[in-house]
Amino acid sequence: MHGNTAQCHNTGIMRVQIKLFAIARERAGVSETWLDVPSHANVGQAVDELAKRFPPLSVILQRAMLAVNREYAQRDLVLKENDELAVIPPVSGGEA
Amino acid sequence: MTHIALTREALDPEAIAALVKTPKNGAVVTFLGVTRDNNEGRNVFYLEYESYEEMALKELHNVVEEAKRKWHDLDVAVVHRLGRVNIGEVSLVTSVGAPHRKDAFAACAYLLDRIKETVPIWKREVFTSGEVWIGSEEHAKSHNPAK
Repeated sequence: MHGNTAQCHNTGIMRVQIKLFAIARERAGVSETWLDVPSHANVGQAVDELAKRFPPLSVILQRAMLAVNREYAQRDLVLKENDELAVIPPVSGGEA
Repeated sequence: MTHIALTREALDPEAIAALVKTPKNGAVVTFLGVTRDNNEGRNVFYLEYESYEEMALKELHNVVEEAKRKWHDLDVAVVHRLGRVNIGEVSLVTSVGAPHRKDAFAACAYLLDRIKETVPIWKREVFTSGEVWIGSEEHAKSHNPAK
């Protein structure tokens, strides 16, 4: 079966990089990891997968913002192989 | 001009403000964020700042560009300290230079509001009987025990 050269993992699974910060990092016990998700998974699906792998992250993931390749992303954004998905817990900068 | 930086070194507000004190600017407004010794009834020992650095720099640039589009003649310098910041030490310097003071004040306030909304920098507060990440679920619960 031929595919274009970029698709070396033609198995229906792709790998994305996960970055965890602040309380998310503490709860998961790691600051970076790789996550295998279905080939056309979106951010929301990757987040669900992350919650399964790190149950202590579940609550935080509900409240966190997500960023893909250093830009804020909605949960329906479709991911690509090697995308960097960061979990951004709520930032709070003090009272005005 | 625009100067944006993250650093683990102690901040020098005078040096940062000097960057925006150009001959065209009649007004320079500088904000210092300083670690307070108390917060919500807790005695604070120190704050610790963590950042998603590559994205924080990107968002800081975006925020400064926003301000420059709203107030056209600005010079801006923003420097945020990371790591441990003790009581009375400065965690953030935001300096704005503009021809006149109305714009300098307005732009500085705007920058701060936007920085605190969008820039991925978190602070962990270490106090007498423990520590808490400001903005977290634990923090929200301690703030509102009835929740």
